[in-house]
Amino acid sequence: MDFLVVNFAEILFYCLAVLTVAGGIGVLVFKSPVHGALSLLFCFVMVAALFLLRHAEFLAAVQVLVYGGGIMILFLFVIMLVNIKGLAPEQAYLSRLAPLAIVGGVLLGVLIAFGLVFGTLASGHGDGTGLRMVDGVEIGNTEAIGAVLYTKYLVPFEVVSVVLLVAMIGAIVFGRRTAGLEAGEGGVSHD
Amino acid sequence: MIDATHYVALSLILFCLGLIGVMMRRNFITVLMSLELMFNAVNLNLIAFSFRLSDLAGQVLAIFVITVAAAEAAIGLGLIIALVRLKDTVALDEADVMRG
Amino acid sequence: MKLYDFIWLVPLFPLMGAIFNGFVSNRRGLSKKTTQSVALLGAGAAWIYGWAAVLQWYFTEDHTKPYVVKAFTWITGGNLTIADGSTAAVDISASFQVDPLSAVMVGFVTFVGFLIHLYSVGYMHGEPDRDYARYFAYLNLFMFAMLTLVTGSNLPVLFVGWEGVGLCSYLLIGFYFEKGWCAAAGMKAFIVNRIGDFGFLLAIFFAFYYFGTLEFRALFDAMAADHGGHYATAATIIGLLLFVGAIGKSAQIPLFVWLPDAMAGPTPVSALIHAATMVTAGVYMVARCNYFYQMSPTAMLTVAVIGGVTAIFSATIGLVQNDIKKVLAYSTVSQLGYMFLAAGVGAYVAAIFHVVTHAFFKACLFLGSGSVIHACGGEQDMRKMGGLKKYMPTTYWTFWVATVAIAGIPPLAGFVSKDAILAKAFEAGYTDLNHHGGIYYLLWFLGLAGAAMTAFYMFRLVYMTFEGSFRGGEEAEHHLHESPWTMTLPLQILAVLSIIGGVVIGFPGQLFHLEGWSFIDRFLGPVVLTHGEHHGHALSLGLEWVLVAVSVAVAVAGILVARLFYLKDPGFTRASYLASRFPLIYRLLLNKYWVDEIYAAIIIRPILKLSDLLWEFDARVVDGTVNGVRNMTVGSSWVSGIFDLQVVDGLVNLVGRSYDVASRQFRRLQVGFAQGYAMVMVFGAALLLGIFFVVNL
Repeated sequence: MDFLVVNFAEILFYCLAVLTVAGGIGVLVFKSPVHGALSLLFCFVMVAALFLLRHAEFLAAVQVLVYGGGIMILFLFVIMLVNIKGLAPEQAYLSRLAPLAIVGGVLLGVLIAFGLVFGTLASGHGDGTGLRMVDGVEIGNTEAIGAVLYTKYLVPFEVVSVVLLVAMIGAIVFGRRTAGLEAGEGGVSHD
Repeated sequence: MIDATHYVALSLILFCLGLIGVMMRRNFITVLMSLELMFNAVNLNLIAFSFRLSDLAGQVLAIFVITVAAAEAAIGLGLIIALVRLKDTVALDEADVMRG
Repeated sequence: MKLYDFIWLVPLFPLMGAIFNGFVSNRRGLSKKTTQSVALLGAGAAWIYGWAAVLQWYFTEDHTKPYVVKAFTWITGGNLTIADGSTAAVDISASFQVDPLSAVMVGFVTFVGFLIHLYSVGYMHGEPDRDYARYFAYLNLFMFAMLTLVTGSNLPVLFVGWEGVGLCSYLLIGFYFEKGWCAAAGMKAFIVNRIGDFGFLLAIFFAFYYFGTLEFRALFDAMAADHGGHYATAATIIGLLLFVGAIGKSAQIPLFVWLPDAMAGPTPVSALIHAATMVTAGVYMVARCNYFYQMSPTAMLTVAVIGGVTAIFSATIGLVQNDIKKVLAYSTVSQLGYMFLAAGVGAYVAAIFHVVTHAFFKACLFLGSGSVIHACGGEQDMRKMGGLKKYMPTTYWTFWVATVAIAGIPPLAGFVSKDAILAKAFEAGYTDLNHHGGIYYLLWFLGLAGAAMTAFYMFRLVYMTFEGSFRGGEEAEHHLHESPWTMTLPLQILAVLSIIGGVVIGFPGQLFHLEGWSFIDRFLGPVVLTHGEHHGHALSLGLEWVLVAVSVAVAVAGILVARLFYLKDPGFTRASYLASRFPLIYRLLLNKYWVDEIYAAIIIRPILKLSDLLWEFDARVVDGTVNGVRNMTVGSSWVSGIFDLQVVDGLVNLVGRSYDVASRQFRRLQVGFAQGYAMVMVFGAALLLGIFFVVNL
């Protein structure tokens, strides 16, 4: 019991980590996209919990809201839209490059792991207090992010909003009945 | 002590999983989902270091990443719609109009 | 103003006339009046100005030195090393001089030239306007060249005139060039002249080599200062080479063959060029360069021998010729021989004297013959003439006077000068000049024999032409007429000069114990280089009179024989009898010893054969080589072609095909399979990381 209490953070972390990885593997493995989507959703939630462990409260909330409540819903909508003509069960669900893909991915992972093992991380001793401060006053993570987002990172913020606008327009364009991939047209408008 | 190193390792595993999923799966939608997995891995990394360095920049960047990922997912799904309309399939290896 | 400062104007006036007539009258076909005015103006201006300048010089300047006027610098070369090791600068200027010899030459050349221009006006009247202008252009050009020749103060300027008269001679002999034989005669004259000119040119080179200068005065001074005979070899070489030029120009043996053929030209041309002026240029040149001959006994002897032999040789040919102009031509060659004989015995003054008197009577004779030919409608064969004295009295008496002069009857001009020559020749034998006395005696004898023959054939000519009855037929007899005043006036003037010219210019005062009465002796004395030899009278007075008597007797004898054969014997039976008694000699003389034929066989035909051979060589070898090269080129280009097709193109095709093969492989990458691209990216990133780690760890 003491062991649990003393090492709660680590145990929690490891549990969450395992569950996240499980969710990720689930995405890879499930044949049906719906199962894969739900697995991904589970993964997102676990990641949100991991965010909380690192004192990123606002971000955890955003993660759940945007990813879980937005993107996954979107995915499910599209899956349902497409499922009417989805992949027939007898069709292969892995591309023919699968073995090679695994090899490549593992290889890259191993190499990056090397970097991790032999490299040194940037030094720091974070304890999360800095993440809640505004002008030296400890208020809360959200306020802190807000304070910095609209002052120091204003320009990227505005740019990102433009990105969203563009994405919106793009999605509308793609979604139109008459628009889309016609042979020879790559979505480029001709003047 | 759970350190940034653990988070980086976890992030690495998730990233590789996502990468393999992108390359491996035939269903376009699944490919996009794997892509989202990769984005999440990146976010995890950012948060870990934000904590370690007591710098809110990591979290702010993570917000932006989420935003962009959302936008990209939307467009990707629009692409799927278009592909379905064109080829009547979501199999990625049948989207080979650029073949040659 | 000193007129003689611009002595170069004397050649310039006729040059301007020549240019005008040649380029304007000839091209535009201006009227004969314009042409003759310009031509007479050119010749007349040269005469008037020439005489004025010479006279002014005569009364102003010192006669013992030439008065040199430099017109402009002509040739400047670098420095050349000459015979004695010093360096001499090549600096030839177009300079002219007035000195006693030039003065004498200018005096009679301009005057006789002008008279002949005047004569030509009448003689050439029948020609078309263009040809008329061309004739006078050439005639003026000749005056320019001849005057340049005689007024030049150095060898190159003289040579310019020398070549110029040769050119004009060619142009004028071949005046009727539409006739092939006239053109051929012109070419013969020019080519034979050129042979002589080669010798002249070599002489100029040697002169510069030995003396470093070509100015006459400087050469005279150099030779005068040479008391030890140091320049003896130089003098011999230069003297002989100069004489080669004179042989060509003045028609001596062996280069005289052009002069008889030169009669193809219009008669005034024969008078001016081939009697009075051009042919005497050789004599002038020898007299001008007398210092070389004075110092070289060999050269002098050569000159005398050739002159003497030519004199008699040519006289023999003239004995039997039937063409009136040919007789006069051979007579000219003969008289020129006398002039060189004089030069060869050291009597340069006598030679020049004979030049002047010969100009008078020979020009008169030629012009007279022209008048005769004109009247006979172009007929030149004396056998078809006769009895012309009643139809052409003026021509007759002038011709007769000139003939008496040339025969050497005192006191006419021919006698004075010819007698001076024969006397000097005898003197050379008597004083054993240069230890060749025997030869000189022989030459004197030959000269005497020649004088007899001269008298004979000249009077033969007169009797055949003017005496007896006309043998040319009824038709021609009606056309016989006297010539216009433009033709008879020069005849009369020249006849008068033939009478008085001798005694006026060179009165042989020594015959009468009167010293210094010969103007020409005094005047031309300083021109001759004397080396301390006493030039007194080696011959006693009695001996001199004997010689006079002998030469007159010989001449009279010749005249009497001619009278016998041709005057008293209208059918020439005695002459034909003699000819039939000695047919071989007759034929030999009539065919001029077949000299032309011999030359043709020995020289001309081999040269033509050689040129044929060379042509063959050119056609076969040279062209063969060229064709061979062509074939090689064709062959090698064929090989190149094969190479290009197979090898080069093969390589190019190989490159192309390798691209094809490679791109077929590369094509496999671009399948449009997005996941494939992603994998490539992954592997690429892995590779990069791998390399990074390998490098850094």
